[in-house]
Amino acid sequence: MTIIDSGSVQAPEEPLLTARRVRKRFGKVDVLKGITLSVAKGEVMCLLGPSGSGKSTFLRCINHLETIDGGRIKFDGELIGYTQRKGALQEMTPREVARQRRGIGMVFQRFNLFPHLTALENVTAAPIGIRKIPKTKAVADARELLDQVGLADFAHAHPAQLSGGQQQRVAIARALAMEPKLMLFDEPTSALDPELVGDVLDVMQKLAKSGMTMVVVTHEIGFARGVADSIVFMDEGVVVESGPPSEILRSPRHQRTKAFLDSVM
Amino acid sequence: MPRSDLTDHGTPGRRPPVDLSPLPAADGEDDDDDIVALPLRHTWRWVAAGVLGLGFVWLASSLWNNKNVDHGTIANFMFSDQIVHGAVLTIVLTFLAMVLSTILGVVLALMRLSSNPVLSGLAWLYIWVFRGTPLLVQIVFWGYLGLLYKQISLGVPFTDFTVFAVDTNTLIPAFVAGVIALTTNQAAYTAEIVRAGMLSVDPGQKEAAYSLGMTPLFCLLKVELPQAMRVIIPPMGNETISMLKDTALLSLIAVLELYTVAERISAQNLRQVELLVVVSCWYLVLTSVLSVPQYYLERRFGRGSRVLGPTPIGRVVALLRRQPKPRVTDKESL
Repeated sequence: MTIIDSGSVQAPEEPLLTARRVRKRFGKVDVLKGITLSVAKGEVMCLLGPSGSGKSTFLRCINHLETIDGGRIKFDGELIGYTQRKGALQEMTPREVARQRRGIGMVFQRFNLFPHLTALENVTAAPIGIRKIPKTKAVADARELLDQVGLADFAHAHPAQLSGGQQQRVAIARALAMEPKLMLFDEPTSALDPELVGDVLDVMQKLAKSGMTMVVVTHEIGFARGVADSIVFMDEGVVVESGPPSEILRSPRHQRTKAFLDSVM
Repeated sequence: MPRSDLTDHGTPGRRPPVDLSPLPAADGEDDDDDIVALPLRHTWRWVAAGVLGLGFVWLASSLWNNKNVDHGTIANFMFSDQIVHGAVLTIVLTFLAMVLSTILGVVLALMRLSSNPVLSGLAWLYIWVFRGTPLLVQIVFWGYLGLLYKQISLGVPFTDFTVFAVDTNTLIPAFVAGVIALTTNQAAYTAEIVRAGMLSVDPGQKEAAYSLGMTPLFCLLKVELPQAMRVIIPPMGNETISMLKDTALLSLIAVLELYTVAERISAQNLRQVELLVVVSCWYLVLTSVLSVPQYYLERRFGRGSRVLGPTPIGRVVALLRRQPKPRVTDKESL
C-alpha cells in the first residue's frame, strides 16, 4: 500500500505502537497507572493478568474507544486521538479519529457482528462505505477473507445462524478487510464454548505467522506460549513484568505473576 | 504447533466421566413408541364460546331490527361521492402527516441523543411543548393562526424591512393547517419512539463500527438505525392507526375529511346514527388495511433476528405452483 511506503523513510527500528505512562481513571478508580510498552512491526504481544487489571481498558485506549487521562499513545508515527498544534494538545474531530482507527483492527469478546447483515455484508460494509472500494472488488476480497477463516460456505448466513466460533472468525475477517497494520484482540475466545476455541486460535495463529502485528488480551496460556513474541503481565493498572514467553511463563520473577499463572494453568 | 496443543491448555479442568447408560423404564413399558394419548377435553371453553355467541347474536339482531336505524340510508351513503371523497382526504392526510412527522421525529430523536447541549435542549423543549398540550388545542391553534399573526412575512426581524408578506389565511388554508397540526404533534411522539429504538441497540455495535473506522454518520445510517427499526416499527404501526382516527379531529377547523363530511350530511338529514355506522365501517376497513404494510416492514427489518417463514402471499403462490403443470416448473428452474 502506498500509505506504508512513506513510512519506510523512518528508521526501521521505530516501533509501530508505543505507549508512554498511559493513565486512565474511571470516576475515582485509577484503572491504568502509567502503562509504558512498545510493539514492533510484526510482533505478537499477549497481555495477561487477572480480570480488572486494566488489560481490556488499555486495549480500548489504543484505538481511542476510551480517552486517556495522561501519557501518550503513538501509532505509526501519529499520536492517538490528539493532534499537536502550537505546542498544545488538541482533541481530534470524530472524522480524524475515524481515519486513524482504519489502521487498527479490533476483535471483541462478544463478536459484535452486525446482526442485520449477512457474514459477507459484515465484511464488505466498511470497505465499500469507508474505503470506497468498488463493490465487486470488495465482495471478491471479502470472499477470499471468509475462505481464509474457513467460512467460505457461510457468506450469506446471518450472524444468528452461526456458532460463536464462526461469528468470531467472521469478526476477524471483517477487521482484516480494512487492511489494518495492527490487530487488537480483546479476549477473543472468552465467550466461546470450549470446543470452538481451537478454530479461532488457529486463525489467529495463521494471522500471526503471516506477519500481522497483534496485541492480544487473553487467558489462553497455551496460545501465549506458542504464538506470542512477548508477554506483558499486568495487575492493578501497572505492568508487573514483561518479556519473551519462555521467561515470563517458565520463570516469572514476581510473586503476583507466579500466583496468577498457578491459578490459570 | 499442532492444534490439539493449543486447545488443551485452554480447558484446565477435565470433567469426570458421565454415565451414559440408558435409564431403566420406570413402569416396564417401552418408551420408544409414538405417544398415543387422549387429548384433554376443554369443556368450559365450549360453554364460554356458546354463551358469548348467543350474546352476540342477540346484540346483532337488536341492532338490525332497531326501528330507529334506517338500513337504506346506510346503504345509500356507504359509497356516496361525498363519503368517498372524505375517505380519500382522510387517507391523504394520514399519509402526509405520517411521512412528514417521521422525518421530523427522526431528526428530533437524533438531536436529543446528540452530545451537543443546544441540539438536545431544543429537541427536549419541542417534545415538552407538543406532547404536553392536547392535540385538539394544537389543531384549533393552527386553524386560527390568522388571529395571532394577520400576515406572515419574510424580512429582517425587529426592522420594517420585508421581502414579502402574505395573508396568513391565504398561506395556510384549513388543509395545510391540519397537516401542520397533525405533523408537529406526531413528531414529538415519533421522536420518543425512535429514541427508544436507538437506545435498544447494543452499545457494542457502535464500538464495532467505530473500530472499523466508520464515521458517526455512517455508523448511524448503516448500523444503528437499521437495527433500531426492529423496535421502532411496531409502535409506529400503532401511531399510524391512531393518526388515521385523529384526522377526525380536523372537523373542528372544517377540513372536509371523512368524519366532517358525515357530520355535515347528518346535520341535513338528521340520520346521525346511520352516518356514524358508515364512517365506523370506513375507519375499520382502513385501519385493517394498514396492518398489512406493518407486517411486511416488520419482516424486512427483523432480518437476522429470527427465521422467516413464507409470507401469506408466498404461501398462496407456493400452493398454486404445487399443481403439476410442467410449464410452471420449467419457469422455476430458470
